[in-house]
Amino acid sequence: MLDGLYSLWPGLEASVTLLSLEPPGWGANLLRGAVNSLIIALGAFGLGAVIGIFGALGKLGGGPVTRDLLSVYTTVVRAVPELILILILYYAGTDLLNQFLRLLGQRPVEISGLAAGIGVLGVVQGAYATEVLRGAIQSVPRGQLEAARAYGMTRSQTFRRVTFPAMLPLALPGLSNLWLIATKDTALLAIVGFSELTLETRQAAGSTRAYFTFFLAAGAIYLLMTLVSGRIFGWIEAHYRRGQAGARA
Amino acid sequence: MRGTVTGSVSGAVRDWLRPHRIGLIALALALAVWAGVSMRWDWIPRYAGLGLEGLWRTLWLLGLSILIGSAMAVPLGLAQASGPVWLAAPARWFCTVIRGTPLLLQIWLIYYGLGSLFPQYPWIRQSELWPYLRQAWPYALLALSFSFAGYEGEVMRGAFRSVPHGQLEAGRAYGFSRFAVFWRIHLPQAIARALPTLGGETVLQLKATPLVATITVIDIYAVASRVRQDTFIIYEPLLLLAVIYMIIAGLIALGFRLLENRFTRGLGV
Repeated sequence: MLDGLYSLWPGLEASVTLLSLEPPGWGANLLRGAVNSLIIALGAFGLGAVIGIFGALGKLGGGPVTRDLLSVYTTVVRAVPELILILILYYAGTDLLNQFLRLLGQRPVEISGLAAGIGVLGVVQGAYATEVLRGAIQSVPRGQLEAARAYGMTRSQTFRRVTFPAMLPLALPGLSNLWLIATKDTALLAIVGFSELTLETRQAAGSTRAYFTFFLAAGAIYLLMTLVSGRIFGWIEAHYRRGQAGARA
Repeated sequence: MRGTVTGSVSGAVRDWLRPHRIGLIALALALAVWAGVSMRWDWIPRYAGLGLEGLWRTLWLLGLSILIGSAMAVPLGLAQASGPVWLAAPARWFCTVIRGTPLLLQIWLIYYGLGSLFPQYPWIRQSELWPYLRQAWPYALLALSFSFAGYEGEVMRGAFRSVPHGQLEAGRAYGFSRFAVFWRIHLPQAIARALPTLGGETVLQLKATPLVATITVIDIYAVASRVRQDTFIIYEPLLLLAVIYMIIAGLIALGFRLLENRFTRGLGV
């Protein structure tokens, strides 16, 4: 069947060879890059969610200084291009860490691209997650919180048992959007030289001159990631919406 | 009326003069002064001309890509909201693909892909457009416009859908042609509904522009990178760049707030 296709479309055979997983092809490199991208996206999304929860609680219940500092954080991150934030945080982060280590009398370390990527993108994601989660927490009906207090729950119990489960379905659309941004933002790490999917693709394309083949293949991989994760988020959302009064279909 | 306005202004001033704010502002000013004194800024005069050129390039890439992208977003949204399936399906695919893949990849696909394809055709090399096609900015503009069209097309789809059907039927009942219904009822209402998101999309587009520096377009970001390479000063150009982008983003947000007040007046959106 493939032979028939090859005769119809002469370029296809060359493309398939280039994308094959064995050494003459670059498929293995692309897959390695895709795995790196996924790991960074997962790490950054997780870190961003943790920052976001604390940021949202700080914005809603913190003191005036905490609230102002958090507004500065979310405003700056949302106004400055991710690329520049990544560069600033990357250099400043490694610098600060090494100065700290020197203070302790340790030798400076080379930070792995993976850890730096997760840290930097996580800080960027955290600003957006703060806003998403703040909005979701705010729209939990007050009566539910008052009921929890009336039952004698402590603040942390109220958060774990009432606020968190009640705000999750409201936050999920925003969080799923953030996850898509996280997967796409991993491509920016190509510019600081981390070999995730986009950089691997560029190297493969540059050395074989088959630009369309590789960039389209990488596009298909990204698209697969976003479409599959969109479906997964849809399931999660449906799961948490069960039994919600006035749930939108 | 006037009383409430001055009241809200003095309220805003009082808001800024609360004790902890004064402390934070003083801290920020101290930081700025410290940065001005102890960091290196002597490279600015040498690169000021180049920087202004870069800033101008960033701004027109932003403006032009938003214009082209918005012009594409209207048919993309309309096709998805009320078009026949053979128009709606490709439009939906276009938006999905653009929104599902990184812009950096799209820029590189267009620049390296088309850029390596075009020279193979003699008729393109001999055409009047060739001097432009040999430069990088048309590819950057194309990629940025496609990206904006993809995101804004999705917004326009929702906006076209949310215009109450009765209004369109009323237009038809008054004897409007299909085009008149679109031009005088459907489009203005959809734009008014899309406008609140447009400001945010414009800021996102601004934040996407530095990616064009990776295909040799000298925008403001590329100028800052060159300063870093020439002088080995790392933080200062990046910090100045961050401040410049924040100022532009602030101006965009302010402009859209004014525009929105004017445009959505009396529409009850």
